[in-house]
Amino acid sequence: MEYSITLHVNGEERIVTVRPADTLLYTLRKLGLTGAKPGCLNGDCGACTVNVDGWPMKSCLMLGVEAIGKKVTTIEGLKNSPIQQAFVENFAFQCGYCTPGFIMNCQALIEQHPDADDQTIREWLESNICRCTSYIEIEKAVKSVLQRKE
Amino acid sequence: MDVIGKSVIRKDALDKVTGRAMYTDDYQTVHMLSGKIVISPYGHARIVSIDTQEAWKVPGVRAIIAGKHFPLVGESIRDRPPIAVDKVRYHGEPVALVVADTPAQAKQAADLIQVQYELLPVVNSPTQAFEKNAPLVHERLGEYEKEEDSHPVPGTNIATHIKIRKGNMELGWRESETIVEASFSFAPSDHAAMETRCAIAEIEPDGTVQIMTSSQAPFMVKQLLSDYFNIELGKIIVRTPLVGGAYGGKASVQLEVLAYLASKEVGGRPVKILNTREEDILTSPCHIGLDATVKLGADRQGKLKAAEIIFLWDGGAYSDKAIDVTRAGAVDCTGPYRVDNVWCDSYCMYTNHPYAAPFRGFSHSELSFAIERTMDLLAQKLNMDPLELRYINAIMPGDTTPTRVLLNKSNVGNLQKCIEKVRELIKWDEGAISRVNDRLIRVKGVSCSWKTSTIDANAPSGAILTFNRDGSINLMAGVIEIGTGTKTVLAQILAERLKMDVNKIHVRMEVDTQTTPQHWKTVASRGTFMSGRAVLNAAEDVIVQLKEIASCVLRAPKEDLEIANSRVFLRDDPSIGLDFKDISFGYKYPNGNSVGGQIIGRGHYVLRHISNLDPETGEGRPGPEWTVAAYGVEVEFDLRDYTYQLLTAATVVDCGRVMNQKMAEGQVMGAMSMGLAFASRETFYFDKLGRVLNPQLRTYRPLRYGENPRYLVGFVETPQIDGPYGARGLGEHGVMGMPGALGNALSIAAGVSLHHLPLIPELIWRAKEAANGAPL
Amino acid sequence: MLPFDFDYFKPDTLEEAVELFQYLDHNGKQPMFFSGGTELITLGRIDLAYTEAVIDIKEIADCRVMSLNGGQLLLGSTLTLTEIEETNLFPLLTKTASEIADHTARVKITLGGNICARIFYREAVLPFLLADSQVVIVGPEGKKAVPIHEIFHEQLLLNRGELLVQTITESRFIRAPFFAIKRRQQWETGYPLITVAALKIDEKVRVAVSGLCPFPFRSKEVEIALNSGQSIEARVEAALRVLPRPILDDVEGSADYRLFVFRNILTDALYKLEKERI
Ligand SMILES: Cc1cc2nc3c(=O)[nH]c(=O)nc-3n(C[C@H](O)[C@H](O)[C@H](O)COP(=O)(O)OP(=O)(O)OC[C@H]3O[C@@H](n4cnc5c(N)ncnc54)[C@H](O)[C@@H]3O)c2cc1C
Ligand code: FES
Ligand code: FES
Repeated sequence: MEYSITLHVNGEERIVTVRPADTLLYTLRKLGLTGAKPGCLNGDCGACTVNVDGWPMKSCLMLGVEAIGKKVTTIEGLKNSPIQQAFVENFAFQCGYCTPGFIMNCQALIEQHPDADDQTIREWLESNICRCTSYIEIEKAVKSVLQRKE
Repeated sequence: MDVIGKSVIRKDALDKVTGRAMYTDDYQTVHMLSGKIVISPYGHARIVSIDTQEAWKVPGVRAIIAGKHFPLVGESIRDRPPIAVDKVRYHGEPVALVVADTPAQAKQAADLIQVQYELLPVVNSPTQAFEKNAPLVHERLGEYEKEEDSHPVPGTNIATHIKIRKGNMELGWRESETIVEASFSFAPSDHAAMETRCAIAEIEPDGTVQIMTSSQAPFMVKQLLSDYFNIELGKIIVRTPLVGGAYGGKASVQLEVLAYLASKEVGGRPVKILNTREEDILTSPCHIGLDATVKLGADRQGKLKAAEIIFLWDGGAYSDKAIDVTRAGAVDCTGPYRVDNVWCDSYCMYTNHPYAAPFRGFSHSELSFAIERTMDLLAQKLNMDPLELRYINAIMPGDTTPTRVLLNKSNVGNLQKCIEKVRELIKWDEGAISRVNDRLIRVKGVSCSWKTSTIDANAPSGAILTFNRDGSINLMAGVIEIGTGTKTVLAQILAERLKMDVNKIHVRMEVDTQTTPQHWKTVASRGTFMSGRAVLNAAEDVIVQLKEIASCVLRAPKEDLEIANSRVFLRDDPSIGLDFKDISFGYKYPNGNSVGGQIIGRGHYVLRHISNLDPETGEGRPGPEWTVAAYGVEVEFDLRDYTYQLLTAATVVDCGRVMNQKMAEGQVMGAMSMGLAFASRETFYFDKLGRVLNPQLRTYRPLRYGENPRYLVGFVETPQIDGPYGARGLGEHGVMGMPGALGNALSIAAGVSLHHLPLIPELIWRAKEAANGAPL
Repeated sequence: MLPFDFDYFKPDTLEEAVELFQYLDHNGKQPMFFSGGTELITLGRIDLAYTEAVIDIKEIADCRVMSLNGGQLLLGSTLTLTEIEETNLFPLLTKTASEIADHTARVKITLGGNICARIFYREAVLPFLLADSQVVIVGPEGKKAVPIHEIFHEQLLLNRGELLVQTITESRFIRAPFFAIKRRQQWETGYPLITVAALKIDEKVRVAVSGLCPFPFRSKEVEIALNSGQSIEARVEAALRVLPRPILDDVEGSADYRLFVFRNILTDALYKLEKERI
């Protein structure tokens, strides 16, 4: 039941064998892109968040085959972005497990709503759980980048 | 101080924001097999039959383990079959284990295993477990192997009983003019680390057992595997990469045992077991529940005179670490107050619930709710300001703890200072209650806590330092990077001691039990203390060696040498000296002759003067020092709906010394967040069959972005004289006062005394209804 | 991770989708329409959903329609909830949808998927119940538009092989004053304790509810009570007496507590919507 598909990931064409039942998360990890993490496989925690066609996407809620023809970006595809730097400077992580997912969500937010207000930030960032930090650090990180963009 | 106290960027930062940071499940090889656990759907049931026939037909299945007797496991009492036989004792307990080529195949096969059960009566709370004639969770409790300081009572559900008997209770009650008594309870809950637990095991042809695991205690994994299965210690190698949150939950040893058994069953091939979220919540050990009764007496001035406390801990189906939690709870049972007459019975109860692991605070987050709520009830009855009541009773040097340790300026922090500071932070003097409009009020609640770390009397820690050719240093220590940033702090400690640039210190994040010096366990806020001492010790060792060779080359006595900026130089003429890079691998004279050799620093530390508790009175020294803290929480409460928002949460902790400002704040704020979630939303909901009804993050809900309050953090620095640069434990304290402070705020707000967690609006509504409906 | 295997089909047209379904059904494949797909993915992994053939309909053009013309709002069934929120053509729907799951999940969850979901909250249906919308259904017998009240009773009563294509809503409902609230067990995360959507049209208040019973509903009896002209308190009490049963009693909240909460929400809804009359 496995077959080969081509995915567009982080600007590269990647060929990978999947079962149609494999999630995008599983597929990406099979490609060695282990930045997106399994936390619940149920759409609840956001640790698996990647970017699909400009939108944040819980990669556990998408099949690998659904991503055919779409542009997928994972944390590994983010290079020296301001939000990564802001996470470092603001100590916006501890164990770091939620961090790739959080950053991918933040990055999509910053791209789509460079002028996001508190309400919008909250609505977006509610999608991820961080069990270590108090969220204040993450709030500071996001806002520091949003301000820089202004 | 150049480096200590500074917000040095975490050493793991870059890896963690780029997705390069590796956790256990990120390690995958082609020939790695996948293990899948079949779990019990019931709380208590006899296993009538297990049929694996259909499961074997699934392609890729390599092994199925079910119904086999293995040695019993468990830390204090060997009461747990790694895979259930004859009966299951909790919802989620492993009843079979499938090994297959892929996770999908393993799951397919696991689904096809037919297990027939016959339901047994369920023990659904520790209070029920304590009743005479309660169903027994363990019929053969008397036959288990156990450690000396566990005291199970065969024929009951009592796994251990710790007694504290201090002073003279009769006298205490006689001196008490005001007495309050109240009961509190809450069900078990979960750590909910974002990384679910994962273990990989492989057995090499020569018998070497390779384990990789998301654990806080790899050295314990090694020890226990050796004990359980009679494997030579040197043939067990446990590796722990970065850990995605732990909070105590990864100090228990469970999946490692299953992975080992699985690998053994398939001829040693590597087998990975990754918990699903549901398994992580149900099958792996949880956050302990508690039923408590607290009776406090005070004289006219409000000075505490007597305390009688009963703790019934919900240890769950197997005692494991709950025995230690029960003891730790007894040791600090009164909270951070001077009480000369104390009577405490702390029982670890078996129930048909998931069994307990340590949880951040190790019994203190739990017992503090009971104690601090009772303190507020006492203040109310005395008509006293609750913060003032705490202030005048605050524990101090010269007082003794419940286990009669005499406190001094070093081994206890300054609680009164913490209280003063929190009073300012939350603007307590502006009043505890203010009205926003006819429906909303703002209300503050306060609490305090203390904690010592009950750890093994001979718990070791060690550190090794090696040099690179450029003079930079590699630091190896056995603490696990679970997110607390301890390894960065260790680098700071070393940099401070050697007066060098912290960027020239490289820390190894991964731990393996073969090449990393042993560190007891990364728990109990002891990482910085013990490992820090070991690092300082190693630094001394390096200094001696550096000076030795420099004194030879520079032809100067060692006493005249100084070390700073990666150089050894003459104190009176710093221009004469040698860089680390020129001597750390021996010194080479211009003519090619060399002296000295590679410098390797070693350091160690063992806690001293820890002693066992007297089984009759509890007397003994359970831990090295007591960290104290004071807390405040402010909520905005809706008088009609009983809903509320968290506005502010504050913690002031006497941490001895702030090692890294931002990281310390982060630890305390993160802990507060967890404490508030525990206090306000997180719990397991059980049905009559002992099933947990909410084993997913959809229904078991940690705090989310935006639900959090504003956080205020303050530090008091009363150095612990033998701590590294005076530092005390810090990682747990933010949690501990939150349930009490929130409970106090909401009790004031709602005008009804609240005795249960989590403090959801429905609970408050129910308490109000009960109070309103009560006959006058 | 789904343990079972299935074939994945992605038809381009409604006809193809319907035909495929029949064909696969005939061959015992237990086919399943897949829109956002979150139901299969999340319930399949815990053995609560199964199929051997997935028919992904989310890019079929008819299901992607989003248009407001001729006084009618057409919304395709495979629009994601975030798409609906971002364009905000139907503010009550925006408000209701934006409380479902979380923002990232709503990038995947679709309108039709939520209305047809097995998880019984189906909050996105509430605005359509209030607006007497029509639903466009396609099946082996072809395409038809049906008033939602004829076909939605607790759930959308589709025949096997039928699928929801669009909803049609008259624009006067879109402009009507409304009230929407989702109350949870605690704060902003999780399933509803109770979700209420209400709007006022022709001087009458309409109310649709999810989370009170194990199905979403709009009840004639409740609305008669609420519009009966006495004091707000009396009307709310009258409405509570004619609620459908059973009242949910689960980990989110007990039945008693739900009624307590519902009473307050109804009161608030009436106050808000009546004030707008003045
Ligand atoms: C993290 C998370 C949180 C959630 N929280 C909530 C919540 O708060 N409130 C709530 O109401 N729900 C909630 N849900 C559940 C959610 O309702 C369903 O998973 C979701 O609505 C299904 O939408 P979908 O687009 O993914 O549909 P799918 O999974 O594609 O489909 C759902 C069902 O409908 C059928 N179907 C889909 N489209 C059509 C169509 N056009 N015609 C006929 N049948 C069709 C499918 O065959 C399937 O049986 C949550 C889900 C997640 C993942
Ligand atoms: S793993 Fe995808 S949301 Fe949790
Ligand atoms: S940093 Fe650990 S979960 Fe966010």
